[in-house]
Amino acid sequence: MITIFGIPSAALFGQLLIGLINGSFYALLSLGLAVIFGMLNIINFAHGAQYMLGAVAAFLLLQWTGIGYWPALVVAPLVVGAFGIVIERTLLQWLYKLDHLYGLLLTFGLALIIEGLGRNYLGSAGLPYTLPDSLRGGQNLGFMFLPNYRAWVIVASAVICFGTWFAIERTRLGAYLRAATENPTLVRAFGINVPVMITLTYGFGVALAAFAGVMAAPIYNVSPQMGSELIIVVFAVVVIGGMGSILGAILTGFGLGIIEGLTKVFYPEASNTVIFVIMAIVLLVRPAGLFGRRA
Amino acid sequence: MDTTTSPVMTGAAAPSMVRRNGETIGFVIMVAALIVAPFFVYPLFLMQAMCFALFACAFNLLIGYGGLLSFGHALYFGWASYLAAHAAKVWGLTPELAILTGTATAAVFGLAAGSLAIRRQGIYFAMITLALAQMMYFVALRMKFTGGEDGIQAVPRGHLFGVIDLTNDMTMYVVVLVIFLAGFMLIYRIIHSPFGEVLKAIRENEPRAVSLGYKTERYKLIAFMLSATLAGVAGSTKAITMQIASLTDVNWPMSGEVVLMTLVGGLGTIFGPVVGAFVILFMQFKLSVVGEWVLVIQGVIFVTCVLLFRRGIVGEIAALFKR
Repeated sequence: MITIFGIPSAALFGQLLIGLINGSFYALLSLGLAVIFGMLNIINFAHGAQYMLGAVAAFLLLQWTGIGYWPALVVAPLVVGAFGIVIERTLLQWLYKLDHLYGLLLTFGLALIIEGLGRNYLGSAGLPYTLPDSLRGGQNLGFMFLPNYRAWVIVASAVICFGTWFAIERTRLGAYLRAATENPTLVRAFGINVPVMITLTYGFGVALAAFAGVMAAPIYNVSPQMGSELIIVVFAVVVIGGMGSILGAILTGFGLGIIEGLTKVFYPEASNTVIFVIMAIVLLVRPAGLFGRRA
Repeated sequence: MDTTTSPVMTGAAAPSMVRRNGETIGFVIMVAALIVAPFFVYPLFLMQAMCFALFACAFNLLIGYGGLLSFGHALYFGWASYLAAHAAKVWGLTPELAILTGTATAAVFGLAAGSLAIRRQGIYFAMITLALAQMMYFVALRMKFTGGEDGIQAVPRGHLFGVIDLTNDMTMYVVVLVIFLAGFMLIYRIIHSPFGEVLKAIRENEPRAVSLGYKTERYKLIAFMLSATLAGVAGSTKAITMQIASLTDVNWPMSGEVVLMTLVGGLGTIFGPVVGAFVILFMQFKLSVVGEWVLVIQGVIFVTCVLLFRRGIVGEIAALFKR
């Protein structure tokens, strides 16, 4: 057996893989948070709950209608995204003129409602989601065993993340979006419908969270509290990366996932806290965050 | 106030007299109600409610007067209750020393977390406090002395100053009432001190406060520490009174609950957090049969308060009187 720093290579790469998977979810979620915050000036506390909704939607689609993983990967984000649009139109739109803190409080309330409903109807125990046959099995890479599904999750998140980055930074629509983030009044004066853009942006951010949720369903059990545990870590990721940069959010997400995975190998006691410790260090050294611009 | 040298102030003094009178009346009613209440209501419930009321008042000092939303106040409340429980049970300290131990713990954590969190503003401040609290939750989960999932149970109430036996609920009630009122009056004093005025100035317009020469970071840090320390008093007192310290008190839903209490009662009002704490605890007490629905109901209250009812119960009442 090959060992690296006294650790069997299979264990090391196994944890690195788990780290990358977690990192994909951090990246997808912090990306969504950053996009929403840019347009709505609201920190979407319900992001974790919407991620959970994605997983639950995939689970229910399979249970009730027999719709499998691949269609669910498209249907669940669309449904949850539409739900997000309803929330934006009915609740969030009244908050834009108020202090940012009210957005946080309202979405926190939403998270409680969604999680509470989930616990009532699904129970607190996790529900297993069966993997599609096409993604079962894995590859033996010699130094480690790579399950196909995990490889798929990493590749798919990376593609979605960089696709989003490309759409925002390199396309005309993205240019409108960035302009509206900087100065919505001026962009409206050019005849662009900014309120609709805001609504769609929220829907898109929520759909991203739901997409992450569907991908997480076969890896972790589907449970009502899967989102609230994750969202706090994602907040720390966002503080570390700063929300000013899309690419920054993606890189920070993946990077911190890997660091967390490595911590599990070398000092497992700290694996739950390492991201928070890094946040504290970043605040001491670079208060604006790694990719943040000083406000 | 010296009104002769500043005639401008006389105009402002009139409404503040009305406010002062209202506050005095409110205070008298509150004290009278709390003295009579244990003869009608289950004293343990009242003691718990007073601990949460003090917790919410401490939290309100930060958000209502400093404009700083801490989403991690469970850290100070919960860790203070662990240390107080440990001091009373394992070290055998008297209850007042145990409460002091818990309070000192909260003060130290408040200093550490506060100095990190004030490096960022607004929304980031809330996220940082939440993340730091979550970190300390995991530490509490891991450490031996906290008892993990079991918590610290059967904490002895002991003898106050080594003399007065606190096992009787009524004696304990008097002690909790005194602690609550002392904390409440201290917070009132802080809010109406020159320090409190500067804090409000920072809340309203931080760049302007900076331009006037105030070292706003220092003010914010002191406010954060004071708030954490008082939350620690509340947490320690609760641990001794209820004789238990558990993970619930240090986990994130507790941080959310104290926000809810303050929001329902009225952000930035003197009595709001007290009213809010009693209302929310009463609701939980009555709704304990419906199980997980409590979470949904709390969420609905959050959403309703933010959309329709931002002044809270006390804020709405005060607005009625102003008309």
